[in-house]
Order: sequence, then C-alpha cells, then structure tokens
Amino acid sequence: MSISPIMAKVAEKLQRKDIPQVSPGDTVRVQVKIKEGDKERVQAFEGVVIAKKGGPQASLTVRKISFGQGVERIFPLNSKVIDKIEHVRSSRVRRAKLFYLRGLKGKSARLREIES
Amino acid sequence: MVSGILGKKVGMTQLFDDRGEVRPITVLQAGPCVITQRKNASRDGYDAVQIGLVEFVKGKRVTKPMQGHFGKHNLPPVKFMKEVAVTTPVEAGEKQAKGENPAAETNGQVKIGDKVLVDIFQDEKFVDVTGTSKGRGFAGVVRRHHFGGGPKSHGHMFQVQGSIGASSFPSRTFPGQRMSGHMGVDQCTVRNLRILGIDLEENLLMVEGAVPGPKGGYVVINKAKQPPRERRGFAGAQTVDPLKAAKKAAAGKAKK
Repeated sequence: MSISPIMAKVAEKLQRKDIPQVSPGDTVRVQVKIKEGDKERVQAFEGVVIAKKGGPQASLTVRKISFGQGVERIFPLNSKVIDKIEHVRSSRVRRAKLFYLRGLKGKSARLREIES
Repeated sequence: MVSGILGKKVGMTQLFDDRGEVRPITVLQAGPCVITQRKNASRDGYDAVQIGLVEFVKGKRVTKPMQGHFGKHNLPPVKFMKEVAVTTPVEAGEKQAKGENPAAETNGQVKIGDKVLVDIFQDEKFVDVTGTSKGRGFAGVVRRHHFGGGPKSHGHMFQVQGSIGASSFPSRTFPGQRMSGHMGVDQCTVRNLRILGIDLEENLLMVEGAVPGPKGGYVVINKAKQPPRERRGFAGAQTVDPLKAAKKAAAGKAKK
C-alpha cells in the first residue's frame, strides 16, 4: 500500500536531517546522550552496522564485541537520544543484513575494508 | 465557539517527545468545515450547529433536497455532516432569554457559512474522537466476546462456546447470552486522546494513540468531555507516589 501524501509530508517534518548516510557493513561511532540526574553527558558506542531499517521509524542495529561478549544496540534514527553518528570506515559486504556475524568470532568475523 | 470538528483519519506514525520517549500518533485531517445550519434553543429546543466537512464533492452527487439546503446559503456541497455543540457566550444567552429577534440571534457568535478550522483545539490538551470501527463480519465468540476457547489438543474444537444454559430448568436460553454474530462497523468513541501537534496550514491534528476506523474513515473530533484531572504526574513527570515509595521501603527493610 502506498503512503498517503499527507503522511509523507508529516514524516518529512519529523525526520532528522543531520544523520549521515550509512550502510550495512560500515563501522560507526554513535554518540548517545545519557542523563544522570540532571546532568547530561555523551557516551560513544562504536561497532559494525549489521542492519538498517528505513521509513519514518528508521533504525540502525550496531554490533560490537565488548570484553569478549557480543553487544548489539538498536538506535532509532529520529530519536533525540542520538547526539551524532560518525562514520569510521566502510567494508565490502554482499548482503543487507549481516546477522551471520552473530555466529562468528575472532578472525572469521572480520570484514574486508573498501579502499577509497 | 464550536466545540467540535469533522475530519478523516489519515494514518499512524510515531514521534519523539521532549524527553526522548517515543509516542504513537494518529494523524487526523481535521476540517476545514463549514457551518451548514444553526439550531437554537427557542426554535429547536437546544443549541447546536450542523457542520459539514469541506472536500471535493460534485454538486450532482448530493441529493436534490440537500442541494436546496446548501443552495439557500450558497454553501459548497458536502457529504459528511454532523451536529456539534456550541459554547454560547453569556451575552448571546441573555439576548435569547429576552427574546430579542430570535431568528437573527447569533448563536454564540457563529453564523451559517462560517468556517470551522482546527485552531479551535489550540488551547486544548485532550480530545474525544468518534469514528466507525472496522468491520469484522460474522465473528465467533472468542473474537467478539473474548471467550477463552477450548483446549488446543486432546481432540477438541478450539474456538467454540460450550454451554449456553442449563437443561430442563429453565428450558430456555436467557436473553443477553453472548454468542457469535456481526462485529464491527459500530460507532466508537475514544476519550481523552492527548493532542501532540496541530498543523494549521495543512489542517492536521496529531493525537496520541489509536482512533477507531480505517484510514480515510470519517471521524468527529470533540473537545474532551471529561479531561483527566490535574494530578500528580499529570505533566508526564515521574514523581514518586509517596504511598508506594513507603511500601517499597518497608518491603526492602523486611528483606534485610
């Protein structure tokens, strides 16, 4: 079903424009705002983008290995929690969802970097 | 002032509020509406206005009697009309009481042909939305009345009702026994939906939560009849309930 022109306009208004284009396989550093009491600070979460969802409810799934433990975080792209997203490097991947990385570790979980 | 407006459901999406929390919203096209008829207490026994949702309607598509109704005041033809209440200011009410020229009485300063726009909700926090629910056809008891259904294994039927009454006494089924039947396409009102955005240019109203009916379905949006009372945590603040906190503390101590 196609989206109605009104909804497209509303979605356009709610969209955050300052998020850079990233694709699956990219390594990104997401700066997350964290509230502690009434103070606010920024924490970084760096990892590989293993999935991306589009549309008005777009999100990124970022995976990293923390102390030998796989950690995944899903970031809604329009959320105010995200301070900014930095692009670290791109890798060559052949599919849109990299869920196969969950089953791999160490050397086999590496991705080939794109020379640019 | 008119207390309600007509509209159409456009669709649902989500937005992030000031605290960064996600809110599901329904986007409603609210108006523009036109006042097509005025009812006043002296003639009709009550105060109200009949308003119609202005959209692209061919003049030929409305019946001859309705063409006459609109033609009387040079109004655009409308398909969807409803009566909504008016809040009459004191002066107008006094005039009515004196019987001063009741026919030309301005019914709370509104007259036929006036536009009703979404800006009537600018000072409001909550609205009631009335629509027609989606049709479910002939639905069974599990869907229609939330019956538990039968066991899923051991050779049973799943969604059947079971007994509908005792045997030789009373030898009949009591009226009101819940059974399968037609479900949906009923008028349905959701009260106290929080307003999360108004777009005056596009005539859009964004409310938190779901609204009955399909996309494109007609809805009546009224100012909330019984808005929630101002109370602790009303503004969305996570204030601790002292009673609950005390109980929690007591429970924690007991554990230690």
